[in-house]
Amino acid sequence: MIIEYCTITSIEKVKPNIYLLKLNAPKISSQAKAGQFCNIKVSETDFPLLRRPFSFHDVDGEEISFLFDIHGEGTKILSQKKIGDKLDILGPLGNGFDVEGEYKTAIIVAGGIGVAPFPFLMKNLKDKSIYSFLGARNENYLYQEGLKNVLISTDDGSVGFKGNVVDLLKNEIEKRKLYDFRIFACGPTPMLKAIQKFSNEKNFSCQLSVESAMACGFGICQGCPIETSDDSYKLICKDGPVFYAEEIKL
Amino acid sequence: MNSIDLSVKIGKLKLKNPVLLASGTVGYGNEISELTDLSRIGGIVTKSVSLKPRKGNPPQRIVETPSGMLNAIGLANVGVEVFIKEKIPFLKKLNTTLICNIAASSVEEYVECVKILNEEETISAFEINVSCPNVKEGGLIFGNDISSVGRITEQVRKETEKPIIIKLSPNVPKISDFAAVVKKEGGDAVSAINTLVGTSFDIYSRKPKIKNVTGGLSGPAIKPIALAKVLEIKRSVEIPIVGIGGIMNWKDAVEFMIVGASAIQIGTANFINPNVSNEVVDGLHEFCKSQNIQSITELIGSYQIENV
Repeated sequence: MIIEYCTITSIEKVKPNIYLLKLNAPKISSQAKAGQFCNIKVSETDFPLLRRPFSFHDVDGEEISFLFDIHGEGTKILSQKKIGDKLDILGPLGNGFDVEGEYKTAIIVAGGIGVAPFPFLMKNLKDKSIYSFLGARNENYLYQEGLKNVLISTDDGSVGFKGNVVDLLKNEIEKRKLYDFRIFACGPTPMLKAIQKFSNEKNFSCQLSVESAMACGFGICQGCPIETSDDSYKLICKDGPVFYAEEIKL
Repeated sequence: MNSIDLSVKIGKLKLKNPVLLASGTVGYGNEISELTDLSRIGGIVTKSVSLKPRKGNPPQRIVETPSGMLNAIGLANVGVEVFIKEKIPFLKKLNTTLICNIAASSVEEYVECVKILNEEETISAFEINVSCPNVKEGGLIFGNDISSVGRITEQVRKETEKPIIIKLSPNVPKISDFAAVVKKEGGDAVSAINTLVGTSFDIYSRKPKIKNVTGGLSGPAIKPIALAKVLEIKRSVEIPIVGIGGIMNWKDAVEFMIVGASAIQIGTANFINPNVSNEVVDGLHEFCKSQNIQSITELIGSYQIENV
């Protein structure tokens, strides 16, 4: 965990509302782990006041990248940055995905911008066979660069399966007779809830990357609790953002 | 370089410089010490410790507002026992002055907490939180009641020789009356201000953005209010003041000292720049040098207000 002033090497609008930001970050890149995040100061003024948390999208040598959609004022300002601008970045933060252990197949489930952390994760899953399930409202919200073996669902059926990504996942697990796998999921809370229910019922190994508004991002403000199965709280920033499905209440 | 003296005193408590980290913005020191050198600052004030552990409020606990943030953490903390067993050993190693903040829901609980923690040599002073806006019992029920603040000060005073700082609520009509009571009952200092009660609603769902409905407002948005409260106390009560409220940089710290603060606490700014306290220490040093100030104490209450 360090603060690094990173220079923007690329910023690209990859979909109508989705941006890909790349920065040179020699220090943070060397410590980063898939599933971890950075807390980025998007402005030098008091507006917005707080940093904004973003998962690592990918890390390639000294370059780190973030995928984000315009969600509010912070991301709007971020989308207007230019190549050569510097950003004050605190990271890497949080725990990241747990890829260790014996399993043959990795199943990625991403909803919309929840696809963000997975290209980096792919790099840690080299000895696994991979299925990537990607769900989105429609084609404009689909970004699949860096994923392998992609199966798509859209709410309007404009691309792939018509319906939600969890139904697609259930169908395909059955159809392809998938077993000995681990699920890694990130996306909107209703999607995570559905995956959690499904995987807890079936006793699947499943990790969920959850999100929350945060102030500090490293455990001092206590602003981002999540309720655990034993009725206590953990902090999303420090104990997460990745949790085992059976560990938390959504 | 060494000719400038940054040390200050809050009553009996001597600090190497006036920069403290505010309770609830530094945890128990472990995380933030990775990002800043706590041995260079005046000291840290721990997250509130209560007699029993507190789970804190359900999420959503925080929301950003213009130049500020609302929080309703609800005094989530490990409790006195775990604090002593698991947190104090690390805090000892930090080589910084430790002020322990205490929260409670009854006078007896404050007394009990101080009694237990008074044995800990690492703790140099107590800050008594009578002004948390986010808990049902204790908190503001005490902070808004002048006789409760007096009684807590009086009773805690009996338990310890260590300096007692009472953290005052700004959510009262006349904060200087509270400072006067603290002085009368033997408190060594007051810290001002705690957060202001505020709220924020989502216009589409029409629901409050934080679960507790209201929260405490902090950050640069509250600085002018905090300055006015510190000035009010300074002009009517002779008691050391620890200034708090939206301090983001050394200039803000100087401003607080001019209106009467003997020391300052940095809160919300730690969330954005965890190294801000070290930058403030450097900035104060440079400012004193440039203004030919030998001792930073010269700044305290040095306001120039013309009579109107």
